[in-house]
Amino acid sequence: MSAAPDHTPTFAQISLSERIGKAAPLLLVPVMVALGFLAIGSPSSWLTLTVSGLAMGMMIFIMASGLTLVFGLMDVINFGHGAFISVGAFVGISVLLVLGSWTGAPSLALNVAAVMLAVIAAMIITGALGWAFERVIVRPVYGAHLKQILVTVGGLIVIEQMIHVIWGPDEIFLTRPETLKGAFTFAGAAIEKYRLLAVVFGLVLFVAMRLVFKRTKIGLIVRAGVQNGEMVQALGYRLRLVFIGVFIAGSALAGLGGVMWGLYQEVITAGMGEEMMILVFIVVIIGGLGSVEGAFIGALLVGLLQNYIAFLEPKLALVSNIALMTAVLMWRPQGMMPVVKAK
Amino acid sequence: MLINILSGDKPRSVILTVLLLGILVALAFAPFLFPGVRSLETAARICIFIVLVASYDLLLGYGGIVSFAHTMFFGLGAYGVALASENMGRGWGSLAVGTVAGAVAAAVLALVIGLFSLRVRAIFFAMITLAVASAVAVLVSQLSGITGGEDGLNYSIPRELTPAFRLGEFLGVKINGKLLNYYLVFFASLALFLMLLRVVNSPFGRVLQAIRENDFRAEAIGYRVIYYRIAATCLSAAVAALAGSIFAIWLRYVGPDTTLSFEIMLDILLMVVIGGMGTMYGAVLGATIFVLAQNYLQNLMGAASEATTGLPLIPDLLNPDRWLLWLGVLFILSVYFFPTGIVGRLREGRRA
Repeated sequence: MSAAPDHTPTFAQISLSERIGKAAPLLLVPVMVALGFLAIGSPSSWLTLTVSGLAMGMMIFIMASGLTLVFGLMDVINFGHGAFISVGAFVGISVLLVLGSWTGAPSLALNVAAVMLAVIAAMIITGALGWAFERVIVRPVYGAHLKQILVTVGGLIVIEQMIHVIWGPDEIFLTRPETLKGAFTFAGAAIEKYRLLAVVFGLVLFVAMRLVFKRTKIGLIVRAGVQNGEMVQALGYRLRLVFIGVFIAGSALAGLGGVMWGLYQEVITAGMGEEMMILVFIVVIIGGLGSVEGAFIGALLVGLLQNYIAFLEPKLALVSNIALMTAVLMWRPQGMMPVVKAK
Repeated sequence: MLINILSGDKPRSVILTVLLLGILVALAFAPFLFPGVRSLETAARICIFIVLVASYDLLLGYGGIVSFAHTMFFGLGAYGVALASENMGRGWGSLAVGTVAGAVAAAVLALVIGLFSLRVRAIFFAMITLAVASAVAVLVSQLSGITGGEDGLNYSIPRELTPAFRLGEFLGVKINGKLLNYYLVFFASLALFLMLLRVVNSPFGRVLQAIRENDFRAEAIGYRVIYYRIAATCLSAAVAALAGSIFAIWLRYVGPDTTLSFEIMLDILLMVVIGGMGTMYGAVLGATIFVLAQNYLQNLMGAASEATTGLPLIPDLLNPDRWLLWLGVLFILSVYFFPTGIVGRLREGRRA
């Protein structure tokens, strides 16, 4: 018997351009911030706009993360996701209005407690609603994209109209809790307290999500499920349960995003979810469907660009997002960080 | 001869044939059968929506592509006519220029969107059309200098198409420009519908259906899936724009609410699903039933809401403003239990 042929596997060095290619989306955010600085010129306005852009981006990310995961895990595209944003906002703001004496008091502890209660109520309600939505609307149409889109759009309309029935047809105005009002000056730039809080909160949430995904077993199952669901099931995990969990969590996050957005805008309407859905879709598409990191970067880009453009040329603000999406899709047709499916 | 006109695509059900003939006769003689401004208005709306829904059916039912930008194309056609009439003055020339420009613009825009989104995944298309359509709707209401903003545009069309142009009386009905305008709408819609029927029964339509059923296999047989999908998108956009132009000529007014709103998009979706996806005749039934229901059911809801004033929640649910709620419920139920729509059910009944 002849000896096995000499076979020493060699690993080709990853070229520099490939490394940069992988990291390129991460670099886009600082590039965007730098370009914004050059275009705007005045450092103080730039700082204000950057903070509000980042705040907006964080909130969009919170809303988008659930949607992109649900798609990655089960190939379900949920056009009704926006409904959870609206419901979350209405529930949360109703709680805040009931706790008017807490939010009106100039005490930080009472204010934070009121907001926390509002957030918890909103997340519980939207989570439960998400569970029901998955049960009633989404489950019968697995595997059929066309029907999924149609049925979830129907669900969006029904939930939105039910908001009208329950809370009345008018928009609701609100004021932020006392200690979150106003702005402080930093390096000559006025920075709203609430926006800074939203940025911090969003960052904490993103880091927490990453830790869950990278360090816990459930995170491992979810990530594996996104890459190759059948194999995960073959290994004995009930992916359906995981999926339902992710759907509920995603809906609850949308509700949280809704509360934050409502506090940011200081007005809520039943149609706000539908409006936000447009941005959420853009973010999810440019991030790469199924990718949480991609959605994070996409959300920051959209938030920053929208704020810069709104300052420079207000009429172009909405079109700028479409332009961004076009540019990204020209560069990477699958989105910035496409999820590699093992199939 | 008759079968040639229908491109060999017979209704394949006795009840369906009777219904279609009934609708055709009713629409053809609407001014004489149902005199009155409101019923003529309804009949014209039905004609236009049949074309609009049929063009959407080409995309959704035959191509299996979900688009949320169909009202955008519809609006492009309508604004084309409006802007041309506004800037070039009253006349047939401006109507023609506006119509052609609207259709071409719609086709080009569809081509661009299709190139970006259909290349990768068909579901991208649904999201991207939603984003683009909402951006265009906002843009139209913001650029009030050109488009009239939220108020829309009023303009004049050739005198021959307005009620002021009188020709006399026939069977007790005044023959005037409005009547001529109605027949312009009717025949243009009929021609466009028959053309769409021709398209879906051509080899091109066959390939589209094959792609809908299994795009992978269609590609393997040697059809460039992307070309066919983009062609279907452009064609459907152009026909939608033409329907928009007819609508603008009929209404003598365009505004974001009447042409671009998301609500109309939902109406179209519902009409396609109720009538039956992928049948073309479904568009006729869906549009007719829906427009009639919209015009007359909302009054009924108002009455029901008033009758139940004392009860909790129910009057709110029956409020005419909550019309969309019931549409949504109907929509979900029909996708689940009625996926082939009325036409599909009628055809199944014959086979059984």
